Amino acid sequence: MATVSIRDLEIEFGNLKVLKNLDLEIEQGEFIVLLGPSGCGKSTLLNAVAGLLDISAGQIWIGGKNVTWEEPKDRGIGMVFQSYALYPRMTVTGNLSFGLKMAKTPKAEIDKRVARAAEILQIQPLLNRRPAELSGGQRQRVAIGRALVRDVDVFLFDEPLSNLDAKLRTELRVELKRLHQGLGSTMIYVTHDQIEALTLADRIAVMNGGVIQQLASPKEIYRRPLNRFVAGFVGSPSMNFVDGTLVVEEGRATFKLKDGRIVDLAGYEFVAPPEHGRPATLGIRPEQIDLEKREPNATTIPVNLTLVEPMGADSLVWGDVAGTQFSVRIDGDAHVDTPSVVDAWFEPAQASVFDLATGARL
Amino acid sequence: MLQATPTPATAAAMSGPSGPRPRSVTAGRVGLYAFLFFAALFFLLPMYVMIVTSLKTMGEIRMGNIFSLPSEMTIEPWIQAWNSACTGLNCSGIKVGFWNSVRILIPSVILSIFVGSLTGYALSLWRVRGANLLFAVLLLGAFLPYQVFIYPLVRIYSTVGIYGTMTGIVVTHIIFGLPLMTLLFRNYYASLPIELFKAARVDGGGFFQIFFRLMLPMSTPIVIVACILQVTGIWNDFLFGVIFAGRDNLPMTVQLNNIVNSTQGEKLYNVNMAATILTALVPLVVYFISGRWFVRGIAAGAVKG
Ligand SMILES: Nc1ncnc2c1ncn2[C@@H]1O[C@H](COP(=O)(O)OP(=O)(O)OP(=O)(O)O)[C@@H](O)[C@H]1O
Ligand SMILES: [Mg+2]
Repeated sequence: MATVSIRDLEIEFGNLKVLKNLDLEIEQGEFIVLLGPSGCGKSTLLNAVAGLLDISAGQIWIGGKNVTWEEPKDRGIGMVFQSYALYPRMTVTGNLSFGLKMAKTPKAEIDKRVARAAEILQIQPLLNRRPAELSGGQRQRVAIGRALVRDVDVFLFDEPLSNLDAKLRTELRVELKRLHQGLGSTMIYVTHDQIEALTLADRIAVMNGGVIQQLASPKEIYRRPLNRFVAGFVGSPSMNFVDGTLVVEEGRATFKLKDGRIVDLAGYEFVAPPEHGRPATLGIRPEQIDLEKREPNATTIPVNLTLVEPMGADSLVWGDVAGTQFSVRIDGDAHVDTPSVVDAWFEPAQASVFDLATGARL
Repeated sequence: MLQATPTPATAAAMSGPSGPRPRSVTAGRVGLYAFLFFAALFFLLPMYVMIVTSLKTMGEIRMGNIFSLPSEMTIEPWIQAWNSACTGLNCSGIKVGFWNSVRILIPSVILSIFVGSLTGYALSLWRVRGANLLFAVLLLGAFLPYQVFIYPLVRIYSTVGIYGTMTGIVVTHIIFGLPLMTLLFRNYYASLPIELFKAARVDGGGFFQIFFRLMLPMSTPIVIVACILQVTGIWNDFLFGVIFAGRDNLPMTVQLNNIVNSTQGEKLYNVNMAATILTALVPLVVYFISGRWFVRGIAAGAVKG
């Protein structure tokens, strides 16, 4: 159990700056998920914490100790890789005990720890097999076990589940969550799967272009995205964005669509008092829209419905608002006529308004 | 249960081409096989002449029909070549050279592969400062004609006192094997998933621990390839043997040359042929039993830059 603190970290490959002035404070026992699109620097950040990469500037602290110049083995970390990276010529036992042998742990202690890890991960029957003789899920368990036996304070996971099929992924996700609760270790988990992020994390760090865009609880990230990138990246199907301008009259804020129609924003909490005439983007999640008025504070937005996409439990209705693509999630049994023009209802308090130019939340 | 009833559409689909495509004999195929046949003939003919000549008596050879089969088969020339063929005044056969070659071969192959794999490992996986420059220099060394190194090496060896010794020839083979061995192993290690290496680093493995416990056990395919290359290369070496091995350690190739070119009395063609085949036997055997590995390894070494 240890805190992890990344201070002003900068990493470059040649003259490509992959991480810039990155700060991240992780509390003891916290489960942090790094979420972001491919190539945004998640693995790079994780490798830097592990000490597998040369950093150009900044510091890394683990458990209150500056480990910036320490070797990976001296940092008290265990790492699980996307491709498992099991040692192919060793049995499962060999894989699990390799690190302990390197650390010259006594034989009896090695056996004890391997047995314990095997029990936690339920891989006892596999101990004498080679990695090639294991299924994907079993390999991933062994890879986790390799970090587990070493009794590390901080676990680093680099997309550990992305090579597995959907069902197994769900299973192992639950196991990971349970493991975290049982061990209480600090965990840093990289993924670009938002379901994984939302279900596992205590806090999510959404990254883009080597910069952390928002660091907050899953709920906060989903409810109050700090900028347009986070809003669009988190949530599936993704948030609808409609451009327009803010209109502030007598202290009441409304949103003027490009076709001149007005959407009332009463109930929306602005970060700062809104400015009249500022170009802005209104963001509403498809699941926050109803085709009937259900909430007392709901306001309307005119939508042109053109296409229904059934998805089992619910359906996605596609259309447009003032020429911009727009989707609404409705109950799978509900019926809508397409094409049709309707007034859709949403609660402004749940919506987001972003500056059109900077993308920052208003 | 729903029964799938065949519709006219599927019946129609079945009437077209189905199953394996029939193989047709094209002119190109015929030409290719003809070419391969003649190429094989061209290369096998000298082999054939050597074998039949080595099994003939000198009397029969003098009659001049080099393609005819031996009328009375004899293995006497083979025994003579192995046991009692003369190089100058020394008549103890080519077996002396054979054992010299074996004694040179074993340490040279093992050590050159070991050193090559170690440098390849260091250059591919560890962030050695100037690794690329070092590698470029090494490759440049491989492309320079090695004759230019001989004189400096002779001087260095004399100074150190290993000129004309077993150590001298083994060291020479290690040095000249280094570029190719390094290239081979570097490319092989670079093609392995880097995460394996990272995992071992996190697990606390050091430079040599990771090499011996993780990398070397995974290197079997490339070690076999390296073995093939080095065994044939070192066995076939003539120049280094003449220059660096010293009188007592002359390898088989050098001794063969001495036997074939000795100018006393009648030229014993059958003995010469037998001695030549004996000398060529080791690389030949290596090629035959390892052809598959050989091709695979060359491809593995060549594809990844
Ligand atoms: N060794 C390297 N040399 C040069 N550039 C690199 C190197 N490793 C990564 N990069 C670059 O750094 C950026 C971040 O890479 P990184 O592997 O951290 O992405 P990621 O967020 O993990 O993506 P993914 O989700 O696809 O794994 C990418 O643009 C990548 O091209
Ligand atoms: Mg990655």
